[in-house]
Amino acid sequence: MSMVPTLLKVEGLSKSYGGVHAVRSVSFELRAGEILALIGPNGAGKSTCFDMLNGQNTPDSGRITLLGEDTIGRKPRAVWRLGVGRTFQITATFPTMTVRENVQVALVSYGRQLFNLWGSTAQFARDEAGRLLDLVGMGAYAERPCGELAYGDLKRLELAIALANQPRLLLMDEPTAGMAPRERIELMRLTARIAREQSIGVLFTEHDMDVVFEHADRILVLNRGSLIAEGSPEEVRGNPQVRAIYLGEGLVYDARHREGAGA
Amino acid sequence: MAFYFVQFLTGLASAASLFLVASGLSIIFGVTRIVNFAHGAFYMLGAYVAFTLTERFSGALGFWGGIVAAALVVAVVGVLVEMVLLRRIYHAPELFQLLATFGLTLMVQDIVVMIWGPDDLLGRRAPGFKGAVDFFGQNIPSYDLFLIALSPVVLGILWLLFQRTRWGVLVRAATQDRDMVAALGVNQKWLFTSVFALGVFLAALGGALQIPRDAVHHALDLRIIVEVFVVVVIGGLGSIIGAFVAAVLVSELNAFGILIFPKISIILVFLVMAVVLIVRPWGLFGKPEAAARRTPGLTVNPWRPLNSAERLMSVGALALAAMLPLFAGNYALTVGSEIAIFVIFAASLHFLMSVGGLASFGHAAYFGLGAYGVAFLAKAAGLPMIVSLLLGPVLGLLGAAVFGFFAVQLSGVYFAMLTLAFAQIVWSIAFQWVAVTGGDNGILGVWPDKWAAGPAAFYWLSLAIAAVAVTVLRVIVFSPFGFALRATRDSPLRSEAIGINGKRVQWTAFVISGTVAGIGGALFAYLKGSVFPDSLGISLSVDALVMVLLGGVETVSGAVIGAIVFKAANIWLVSQTDLSKLVLGGFIVLMVVAFPKGIVGTLETIWNRRRSTDTKSALATSRVEVAE
Repeated sequence: MSMVPTLLKVEGLSKSYGGVHAVRSVSFELRAGEILALIGPNGAGKSTCFDMLNGQNTPDSGRITLLGEDTIGRKPRAVWRLGVGRTFQITATFPTMTVRENVQVALVSYGRQLFNLWGSTAQFARDEAGRLLDLVGMGAYAERPCGELAYGDLKRLELAIALANQPRLLLMDEPTAGMAPRERIELMRLTARIAREQSIGVLFTEHDMDVVFEHADRILVLNRGSLIAEGSPEEVRGNPQVRAIYLGEGLVYDARHREGAGA
Repeated sequence: MAFYFVQFLTGLASAASLFLVASGLSIIFGVTRIVNFAHGAFYMLGAYVAFTLTERFSGALGFWGGIVAAALVVAVVGVLVEMVLLRRIYHAPELFQLLATFGLTLMVQDIVVMIWGPDDLLGRRAPGFKGAVDFFGQNIPSYDLFLIALSPVVLGILWLLFQRTRWGVLVRAATQDRDMVAALGVNQKWLFTSVFALGVFLAALGGALQIPRDAVHHALDLRIIVEVFVVVVIGGLGSIIGAFVAAVLVSELNAFGILIFPKISIILVFLVMAVVLIVRPWGLFGKPEAAARRTPGLTVNPWRPLNSAERLMSVGALALAAMLPLFAGNYALTVGSEIAIFVIFAASLHFLMSVGGLASFGHAAYFGLGAYGVAFLAKAAGLPMIVSLLLGPVLGLLGAAVFGFFAVQLSGVYFAMLTLAFAQIVWSIAFQWVAVTGGDNGILGVWPDKWAAGPAAFYWLSLAIAAVAVTVLRVIVFSPFGFALRATRDSPLRSEAIGINGKRVQWTAFVISGTVAGIGGALFAYLKGSVFPDSLGISLSVDALVMVLLGGVETVSGAVIGAIVFKAANIWLVSQTDLSKLVLGGFIVLMVVAFPKGIVGTLETIWNRRRSTDTKSALATSRVEVAE
């Protein structure tokens, strides 16, 4: 594992609003191909952390190094150019375009053709868009208007868009929120497979502990802005502080697995 | 020194009416999210009704009672308008709300002239405030002092109303979260109606209080609404304190601007507005609006380039249009040229609105700048027509580059108000800077060169340029840039997250659109042989909006059809009736309420529905076959 290069390095990240410390001196690293979960109860500072990594929010202090580049002060679009794909808690896509066109726009941007006034977008990177859609299992929906998609399909489309710039890092804010249980598992399996194949680092937040413990290589636990635990799913599950915060959830998970092992 | 102090007091007195109208607009916007374009019309109605009442009833009681009664009467009119019209469009897009209330404004202009006649009316002086106060040799009308005292009093009353009454608490709650208030069981309908009534009352009071200072005339509405838009952009829409501070600021800038730049006093206000927008895009006291999420599935008809049959049909239509000189007379050809020019203008605005999602309410600025550009080059520099036609639109391009840079910092209603204010500033410069623009007299004698002077030649020229302009804009719609622009419109969040610099994309679109509008304006100057400030005016901007809406704002090139139908109908209408504004205004209101998709949009919907029912029935038959 130590041979794999560090993709993302976060050191002493802090942000406060008035007197409230939303994020307090958070440090962690993420390696290529690794799937890292950021969990914590509501208000723990997960989203603030995420927005700072993405460039939507500026930290008060700390450093974020992505592939050797300092990202603080860069706009989201500049962070994207460094090789970061992002999906949102509530999907953000282009509802008036077709599914394929949604991906094509991202490819246009990646190919630096945004100010090309004369070409035909329909022909632009058509096959590449199709390949990305096939990859997330949306190939059959390529010509459908995006506004007609079911929510689970929108999530998959968002993943295809986020992969368009051949990212080294994927930031996924609650990737399975609002999905049915079976869709959740499918989407995370898909994400994990793509991450391993293309050695993309994935950082995701999630409320569903089943998803977290099933798919994360490593887990970070935030509480009231501070990192209180970090480690493999087994380590985190055994951590009494985490149990105290999560009360039932971790226990239920544990109990069910023991039952499964017993049977 | 005393002179400057008196100038300062005059500014404060002018701020009173501005504050009343702006606070009314802000209160209405806060709760209903409607920017009431008709607010200037209510202000003007207040002045007219107050004039009638104060003439009818004598004495101090008659005067002051008349002022208050006028505001109340107009507030009742406002309630009727709210119940009949606004309740139907609370959930419509902002553009439609602005247009519907503008339609009302147009109707009121004609109604006012019908009732009170076209002449300026001089109201009577306020009893008790007829004289002037001497201040170190300078006179200040005592009525001005009354107005200066009045605005803090009104501000205080509004504050008490919102802080200390149950109704005020509800209004403040609704300003923060309408749906929550409705969920708590408050009757939203009557809350909205009462808020609208208060806003209209304030506007009418502002108008009524002006009659001792100013003549009452039927152009008051647009003058005040533009100033009020500037005030709320600076102060922040929805903030009463902001309206107060900005009203004082703008009035003082006007009062002292006249001393510094006597010819173009409005420049100073513009500069301050530009600075405020850069530092605080939502105004001094405003709050940033949450970016509106586009509802998925909003656009029913997907966009695609023309297929070969449609392309053939377009070329056929163009060829038919080109044959007009074979059988039509000179007058018809001139009308045809004008229609072609307005196709260019409407298509340029349509590009900005439908692809960019940016509804400009001052697009005539760039049309007019193109026209003035040609006039300067042809008259002052004596350049030949081809050169002027090519270089004239550069003025439109430059104007769009400067104003567009500021305008795209904002979106939605703020964008609409700002573009309107910019256009009005350009209009004022053209109107006031007589030495360069000829002011109201315009620039005459801009005639085409010999080869294009005949009506048929000029018609062909206009038609060819229109065809090229529309084609180029369509190509851009389907180009990578066009998609980047649509992406920015559809989801600013997502487009930023895939590396699109939305502001720069929108700015580029604004410049393209302004340049094409300038091309239309350049031709227009040669068609008319002259240029007047009218070609930069609000009514021309609104004509373009109506053409776009009539064609269908959610279509790719509906504006072409919209421009042809509107312009032809308009020319016919003006020849048939004196009340063209009333008819046009009523038409706009009706269209927004009953026909929001426009001609092309409606046809597309019918076409798509028929096609989808065809495929559905085909599916049904095949399923039946399988079942058998």
